[in-house]
Amino acid sequence: MVAIDGHSDAHAHSDKPSFFKRWFLSTNHKDIGTLYLWFGMASGLLGGFLSFMMRLELKEPGIQIFASEHTYLVFTSMHGLIMIFFMVMPALIGGFGNWFGPLMIGAPDMAFPRLNNLSFWLLPVAFVLLVSSFFVQGSSGGDGFGGGWVMYPPLSTSGHEGPAFDLIIMGLLAAGFASIFGAINFITTILNMRAPGMTMHKMPLFAWSILVTAFLLLLALPVLAAALFMLFFDRNAGTGFFNPAMGGDPEMFQHLFWFFGHPEVYIMILPAFGIVSHVVSTFSKKPIFGYLGMAYAMVAIGVVGFVVWAHHMYTVGMDVDLKLYFMVATLVIAVPTGIKIFSWLATMWGGSIKFTIPMMWAIAFIFLFVVGGVTGVVLSMPAIDVALHDTYYVVAHFHYVLSLGAVFGLFCGFYYWFGKIFGVMYNKLLAQIHFWTFFIGVNVVFFPQHFLGMQGMPRRYIDYPVEFATYNEISTYGAFITLAGVIAFFVMLAEAFIVRRPAADNYWGEGATTLEWTLSSPPPYHQFNTLPRVK
Amino acid sequence: MRKSRILGWLGSAALAAALAGAAHAAGVPTDGSIGFQESVTPNMDMVEKLHTIAFVIITAIVVLVLGLMIFIMLRFNEKANPVPSKTSHNTLLEVVWTAAPVMIVLFLIAVATRPLYYLDTIPEDAMTVKAIGNQWNWDYVYPDHGGFEFNSAPLTIEEAAEKNVPGRLAVTEPMVVPVGQKIRVIVTASDVLHAFAVPAFGVKIDAVPGRLNETWFEVREPGTYYGQCSEVCGQLHYNMPIEVRVLPQAEFDAWVLEKNPEYVKNEGITTEARNTNTGE
Repeated sequence: MVAIDGHSDAHAHSDKPSFFKRWFLSTNHKDIGTLYLWFGMASGLLGGFLSFMMRLELKEPGIQIFASEHTYLVFTSMHGLIMIFFMVMPALIGGFGNWFGPLMIGAPDMAFPRLNNLSFWLLPVAFVLLVSSFFVQGSSGGDGFGGGWVMYPPLSTSGHEGPAFDLIIMGLLAAGFASIFGAINFITTILNMRAPGMTMHKMPLFAWSILVTAFLLLLALPVLAAALFMLFFDRNAGTGFFNPAMGGDPEMFQHLFWFFGHPEVYIMILPAFGIVSHVVSTFSKKPIFGYLGMAYAMVAIGVVGFVVWAHHMYTVGMDVDLKLYFMVATLVIAVPTGIKIFSWLATMWGGSIKFTIPMMWAIAFIFLFVVGGVTGVVLSMPAIDVALHDTYYVVAHFHYVLSLGAVFGLFCGFYYWFGKIFGVMYNKLLAQIHFWTFFIGVNVVFFPQHFLGMQGMPRRYIDYPVEFATYNEISTYGAFITLAGVIAFFVMLAEAFIVRRPAADNYWGEGATTLEWTLSSPPPYHQFNTLPRVK
Repeated sequence: MRKSRILGWLGSAALAAALAGAAHAAGVPTDGSIGFQESVTPNMDMVEKLHTIAFVIITAIVVLVLGLMIFIMLRFNEKANPVPSKTSHNTLLEVVWTAAPVMIVLFLIAVATRPLYYLDTIPEDAMTVKAIGNQWNWDYVYPDHGGFEFNSAPLTIEEAAEKNVPGRLAVTEPMVVPVGQKIRVIVTASDVLHAFAVPAFGVKIDAVPGRLNETWFEVREPGTYYGQCSEVCGQLHYNMPIEVRVLPQAEFDAWVLEKNPEYVKNEGITTEARNTNTGE
């Protein structure tokens, strides 16, 4: 898509600092991106472990694995928080955004390298705070916070008197500020540091997706921070923002939370949209179909994403006219989403498709995102949501768009840029095994959950009536297959780093046209000392 | 045991489409079913009808996308099509795939609006029962029948097995309502959030401390129907079931008298009389 005039400075500095200075005091966007990726992977392991324990428990009716019911709820809550704030967001935005945001727009680094360092290093602090809550008194039921990732009061105020939830509040505030700093950095970088000749309308779609995501972060996270502060004061300073006995309203928290929470789901999926666009275009050997439509569809999703939040709250006792409004606004999102899906298909149409590993993840992403998307259409209608709200149907829906959407986008980008980031290539057979076991596994986990939800099985239940046994058992077998997929992934990773097949500069060939492919693999420590010119 | 459950699933999955849940009792979930619980109210009929429309549409969309993808993968792979085209625009096509979703969305808004207002409009001639969620049981109050109240706590698995009622669903004392009568449920909570939900009725509404929410239903068939708390409320969230026993009017009246012997003497207002008073 982008024609390049003049070559980048490939033999730039090789003055890499010492190990400690490089990895702990890093201001280099690529090193920080790598740190984010490893961090996301580590938290993904913990978050995955939590969900695997949940599936083990749910394999049969009765309580088998967990010593207390409270601990099960702690696992569900922490699984959500860790996967969202410490796995998907760091890996997609922090990892790929840091790596390829600047590279794709032809910038030497991020606008504020030291702020970038702070953004990353706040995360481990946040993570330690969050994880330490496991070992601190939560409610009378035991250690940890078991109020769900949504943290609704009064369960998160009077329902959890111990300090565990205060640690979570502080952890999320730290993670939130890290994201706000990151968002400021991305917006400044993308708006001001594009290479000469790269207008907004020539900017690669991944950079567009990061720009839109950064605006969503900047607008949504302060609202979450405010809600968290109010919870903190309600718990510790005697205020009553959400306490009805003091004239407060527990529902107000839900409005604040979802005003953040709904844009948050687009924060997680938009970068995946960006990645998939590049992968589809590269391996169809065609430019993106309807580039402008694709870019502005993301902008539209971002804008409309801010005015649909209460569709998460249809059962709170909202006015019926409001429900109608939120239904209409939510359904509108189907339009830009449809544009994206059909534009990907049109990009592939007439192409010369090569089924590489990243392309397989991208194709699976498109299909599974459609499956998750259409159940969102069903849930957007309050007259159906009344039957499905807070059931496993909802669990299936958001795992199809996140666990099978955002995470597939993540692996898609990982395999696409693996050689570029690490300078070595993966073994294709191992990567195939990873893809197929993971693809089958997650579908076996989540597809039967639609049926459980239709029959009315509520979420966040450690035990259930025997009538829900069959699909729960099947779902748990899916978790075993997924575990095999995760093991295959780490075997693939270990093999690639032991064998060290060197990666060429542009190992994907003619279809890969963005600026990162003009650099070596891995790129020089500092790139674009002479700015590339884009025609 | 486990094998037979899987076999049972295979069998019922095959049967489910054909029989649509013919051979099971209403009011409890059916193992292996892929659809809703059997509807026993006009409310749930509405939900089901709307869901069927939506389900047809979303299935068509998924099949369309899957079909296109399979075609593209077969027709436009490297071997079948070595030279890629360079097309990146087609205004007509882009207009079509913007307009088509807009039409679908408009259609869905049109069909989903009436059920929404139907479910949310509480009939004025409804009898009232108040449900109060506590950690981890329900209180039911009958303001139209002298305001008597009782607590409804879960049975243990052992107690349920002894009484031959469904475990994790059956309670010590169910909510009781008459058949064929519109019931308004006023829902609130005493401690944290809960949600009152009965799948077969098409009813789910949050119980919020300091706030009165309401919903309604009208049951066609006498019977026993089960639901479960549907908003996370602490460690025993999973063990806070809802049981509603639906009786013929005469049996319901007898039950009321048993719960509140002074009811007719003191108040003297039957449901019919109250409706006459309010000019219904």
